[in-house]
Amino acid sequence: MSSNAIKTRTAPVRRRSAQQRAEGWRGWLFAAPTAVIVVVLFVVPLLLVFQMSASDWPLLGGNQGLNVPENFTDAVANRFFWNAVGFTLLYTVITTVILLGLALGLALLVQESTRWKGFLRTAILIPSALGLASASLLFYVLYSPIAGPFAGLMNDLGFTFLGTPEGALWSTVFLIVWRYAGFYMLLMLVGLQAIPDEVYEAARIDGASRWQTFRSVTVPLLKPTIAMTMVLCITGSLLAFEQFYILTKGGPDNSTITVVQLIYSVAFQGPNNLGVAAALSVIVLAALVIINIAQIRVFNDKEPK
Amino acid sequence: MSVQSLPRSSRSTTAAPATTTGGPAPLPPRRRRQGSRIGGIALRTPFWVLSGGLAIVFLYPLIWAGVSSFAPLAGTNQTDGWGIGNYITLANYQAGIWTYIGNSLFVSLLTVVLTLVTSLLGGYAFARFRFPGKNVLFLATLAILMVPYASLLIPLYVLLNMIGLSNSLVGVSLVLTMLQLPFSTFLMRVSFEAVPKELDEAAMVDGCSRFSALWRVLIPAVKPGMITVGLFAFLAAWNDFLAPLILINDSDKMTLPLAISNLRGQVQGVVDYGATEAGVVVLALPCVVLFLVLQRHYVRGFLSGAFKG
Repeated sequence: MSSNAIKTRTAPVRRRSAQQRAEGWRGWLFAAPTAVIVVVLFVVPLLLVFQMSASDWPLLGGNQGLNVPENFTDAVANRFFWNAVGFTLLYTVITTVILLGLALGLALLVQESTRWKGFLRTAILIPSALGLASASLLFYVLYSPIAGPFAGLMNDLGFTFLGTPEGALWSTVFLIVWRYAGFYMLLMLVGLQAIPDEVYEAARIDGASRWQTFRSVTVPLLKPTIAMTMVLCITGSLLAFEQFYILTKGGPDNSTITVVQLIYSVAFQGPNNLGVAAALSVIVLAALVIINIAQIRVFNDKEPK
Repeated sequence: MSVQSLPRSSRSTTAAPATTTGGPAPLPPRRRRQGSRIGGIALRTPFWVLSGGLAIVFLYPLIWAGVSSFAPLAGTNQTDGWGIGNYITLANYQAGIWTYIGNSLFVSLLTVVLTLVTSLLGGYAFARFRFPGKNVLFLATLAILMVPYASLLIPLYVLLNMIGLSNSLVGVSLVLTMLQLPFSTFLMRVSFEAVPKELDEAAMVDGCSRFSALWRVLIPAVKPGMITVGLFAFLAAWNDFLAPLILINDSDKMTLPLAISNLRGQVQGVVDYGATEAGVVVLALPCVVLFLVLQRHYVRGFLSGAFKG
């Protein structure tokens, strides 16, 4: 056994260079499709977005030469820019707070494995199988004051889901909560499962009440999971597009324009200016990379405890 | 690890008989677990009301979509009562529903094939080989997650124009494959690493080449990972809205989500709600069926996907 182990360990060392080179070639051969896709469809576009953000680049006509920093000043000067930034941040805060709280509550509720709770878990998870566009279209009809199931009630009360800025925001938040609650609940469940039983038993022996146990055992030990879920939720919400594009088209009164929607409309719907759209993309990219790094830092700081 | 069985932790079996909670009668130990120790009947009623209400809230929109797609909704072309009229409207819409289903299937299946081939070979390379630049390539693949999809769309639009893949379903599939790469490569690498090296070494001692060892011995061993990768690639491609919205111009090349969202017309008031609802059912049905059939893989995928933070 031991002599065998020594043999296999010493053999590669002697023939290192030749064997390793052959191995390296074969490794690259298998990794080649991945490398091609990563380079052509990720690295090149990533470089291109920076070049485009510095160039005068109309939708038709291609690169018309350098245009810095006008693309960036034009992007920030767009009359919807600050509205879009503000609205996107507001939307992100609201969805993150609601989704995290609800996901934790749901996870605690369905944690045990009884038959009914299994059914409830599945029911909460099913909406996550739908695409965001399908879910948005479904709610578009559901919220309709003409054909929706609440149409009669809405007419009686003189109320519409999507007709006011506040209504449109909260209706969209509800759609997103419906669509994503199960996904985040699942992450929380896994986090809860990772907490060792002994800790709970120790708390019980110490005579801790249920609330005390939750506050001083469950929440602190769940912090990494909560942090990770928060990163996902914030990142996703900052890039909101489909739900608003389908439900509200940015309205009413341009109150629900998000940053990504602004990129889309600058590029394809209005000014048709790809240079400015690229500048906006670079701003979004920089903001998200900074936010991601900051969040990972906070997350790692809490880890060693 | 299905959704039902997922949270059954060892806690359930070690739960000691409680002495502090004052239930009217000792409950079976399975119910006396941590988390929600529901004691007496008085506490149970709110639980049933709450959880029943939640089940209704989460299932109602889906059930309503299914039912109303057959109903004579206001704003629809359907005038002759309940029936398949909404689906007939949908079938006759522009290029026809079958064209859009065909486009969506083409994009989805091509994405699945491309994703499986790339991540299978890539995952194998990352798990089993040492080659220069390996870590750089792996990190570059994972970096796709750090960069928001939306900020790549403008350059991707220009790039695909340059290489002659604009307004093409193949171009959409390539973009979607790129987006699936971090998740799929990561999952396949982990799947391969979970298989003992001795297994393929033994196959090669028996005369297999590297490739046939992969084909004959390893692929069967990493099949669950492949199913998960394939499932997620299919759902992502079937449901994607943004890539076709930006990359496709011709109305007969639209994918299903795009075609159905166009049913709403550009002018306010001309919305065929019934046909839209029928379209939602056509879009959602495969997803719900796949979810119910492949729950186990679905949960695994979510958990692997969660590493993206």
